[in-house]
Amino acid sequence: MPIPYQKPPAPSDDKRWKIVETRMRRMGDRPGALIEALHAAQEAFGYLDDSALHFVGDTLGVPHSRVYGVATFYSFFTLKPQGEHTCVVCTGTACYINGAKEILVEFDRKLGVKPKETTADGKVSLLTARCIGACSLAPAVIVDGEAKGKVTANELVAQLEAM
Amino acid sequence: MSEMPAAARPVRRRAITEETHEGPPRATAYVCEAASCMSAQAHDITLRLGERTARAGLGDVEVKRVGCLGLCAAGPLVEIAETGQLFERVRPDDVEPIVKALKKVKPADTRRSQGPFFEKQVRVATENFGRVDPESLEDYLARGGYEALQRVLSEMTSAEVREEITRSGLRGRGGAGYPTGLKWTTVAKAQGTQKYVICNADEGDPGAFMDRSVLESDPYRILEGMAIAAFAVHATEGYVYCRAEYPLAVARLRTAIRLAQRAGWLGGGIADTSFTFDVQVRLGAGAFVCGEETALIASVEGRRGTPRPRPPYPAVQGLWDCPTLINNVETFASVPAIIRKGPDWYAGIGAGKSRGTKVFALAGRIVNTGLVEVPMGMTLREIIDDIGGGIVDGRPFKAVQTGGPSGGCIPAEHLDTPVTYESLIELGSFMGSGGMIVMDDTSCMVDVAKYFQDFCRDESCGKCVPCRVGTTQMWMLLDKITRGRATLADLAQLERLAGIVQKMSLCGLGQGAPNPIFSTLRYFRDEYLAHVVDKRCPAGVCAIEQPAEVMA
Repeated sequence: MPIPYQKPPAPSDDKRWKIVETRMRRMGDRPGALIEALHAAQEAFGYLDDSALHFVGDTLGVPHSRVYGVATFYSFFTLKPQGEHTCVVCTGTACYINGAKEILVEFDRKLGVKPKETTADGKVSLLTARCIGACSLAPAVIVDGEAKGKVTANELVAQLEAM
Repeated sequence: MSEMPAAARPVRRRAITEETHEGPPRATAYVCEAASCMSAQAHDITLRLGERTARAGLGDVEVKRVGCLGLCAAGPLVEIAETGQLFERVRPDDVEPIVKALKKVKPADTRRSQGPFFEKQVRVATENFGRVDPESLEDYLARGGYEALQRVLSEMTSAEVREEITRSGLRGRGGAGYPTGLKWTTVAKAQGTQKYVICNADEGDPGAFMDRSVLESDPYRILEGMAIAAFAVHATEGYVYCRAEYPLAVARLRTAIRLAQRAGWLGGGIADTSFTFDVQVRLGAGAFVCGEETALIASVEGRRGTPRPRPPYPAVQGLWDCPTLINNVETFASVPAIIRKGPDWYAGIGAGKSRGTKVFALAGRIVNTGLVEVPMGMTLREIIDDIGGGIVDGRPFKAVQTGGPSGGCIPAEHLDTPVTYESLIELGSFMGSGGMIVMDDTSCMVDVAKYFQDFCRDESCGKCVPCRVGTTQMWMLLDKITRGRATLADLAQLERLAGIVQKMSLCGLGQGAPNPIFSTLRYFRDEYLAHVVDKRCPAGVCAIEQPAEVMA
């Protein structure tokens, strides 16, 4: 006799877990929903912590090792909390030959952050993307979800410092 | 999802101008609202323009948001449909010139030439770009949308559909150029009751944004193309695997799916026939290797996106071990036009074994960056000089990079080569998904090779050793060269290693990774030698380390 499967309770009464639960339920709580569920959790909480990984894995019946494996395989998922503001610098070819490298150098020089790091005061997280597809605006960045094109290193860093 | 009452669904409306005017509008302003122009406040322009025209009493003017107008370099763009007049770099607080021009439009006006950027293009996959509101099903239907699916369902057998696609000569637009008709036939003949259609929208090549533009500008077309494919191969379920980095494309695609389901173009009993087909969106999560079809399938199944050896090919054993058809966005976008206008029309465009048109994303040091669709067989020079407007600041052209990280750099002496799948491979490059990155003398080719190697090293999934270790070792050798610390033996080692990685890797990522090295070595060996022998970077890009004082 198989033991009747019980869905695990949400890690806390935070309402955002409902969003994650709904997204998984819509896909039948099957293991195939893993990536979608991680997307939902990251959209809701900004990053994936241990409780999120456990909850998603237990609900979908996926071993924790595999959940962790998937969450670390894909560069879009982050296991660390992000700063107040995020700045994604596109490092696609067009941006690269139009000065994305200089932007990253400027970040390191002025704010002391390298890609995937957050400033000490928790204000700005610096991320890079392979290509955001805004090649005609090279070099392009995404500041807090809003794309900006033809940026210069000086102006961008000054703007983020002022935030 | 479908049991929700229609009114409760969050559908965005474009009611910008009050519709007080009876009949067709006298003048229409198209505002480009694709990602590139959107990032320059294009939506504010639409709102402001609607407000201003209403205030000026122009009740017979329509302001409409449309998909990509193509000339992204000059964005945000507004076009007056009747005269073809194009307003470039529009600011939301300066729309008066457009309002004035709209006032002057007369019924007798005809579209004027818009210059070579537009005139030299042949639009098939992008025919609705800049003409339809991407989220409006009515707009799509008004431009012949779903005519092809209707015809397929009412007049044709699935074998006839496959035959038409085969006859059109359409080949996979994702890069490898596998004949689409043949692929469809393989899936149709494969054993299995459940079959799937997957649209590969995991456009990972840096510098390529064709798929993004198609999804943002004409999402219904993809759904129609997929439905036709599903009919031809007897599939009932489809997935669009799209990058999470394209939020606007995903949002528009989801809206299109919802509206198409509601109108009966997706779901059970499409167009009053027994044909059933539904589509779901799956988001990628930033892994380049997921563009490879077996890795993509693993990712749709919710696993790590690592490829597996083929055969069995996905056409026989794919998603959930069922026969699966995987085609690129652009391939599906070409299908409705082929069915509507006939395979012979499509086969009449192009050159050699490459028929039809290809969409290219022009980027880099080129004046008219943007999206263009040209017939196969057009020369690189025509694309870059005539359509692209040449190099920024009048600097000398150095190379054009096609095919992304698996492609190569083509130098000036080969600019008169017609662009086909075969000719690009002959030149040591690759069609790829269609990114064209133009470089001038400010780019160092060794540095470019290093950039792509860094990309492959980072994106290698780590499953097979030649790719995982080889790309890292090749990057280290290139790094050594760019720092001026390499010897001729290192250069020889790099070439040997590149050959090994190319032959031994499991999937296209590893097999293609050495291509940028081979092609730059083939055409720009002197630059490598300058770094290795003379310890200098001709373009002045690389930070050459000064050799330490030799101890006496």
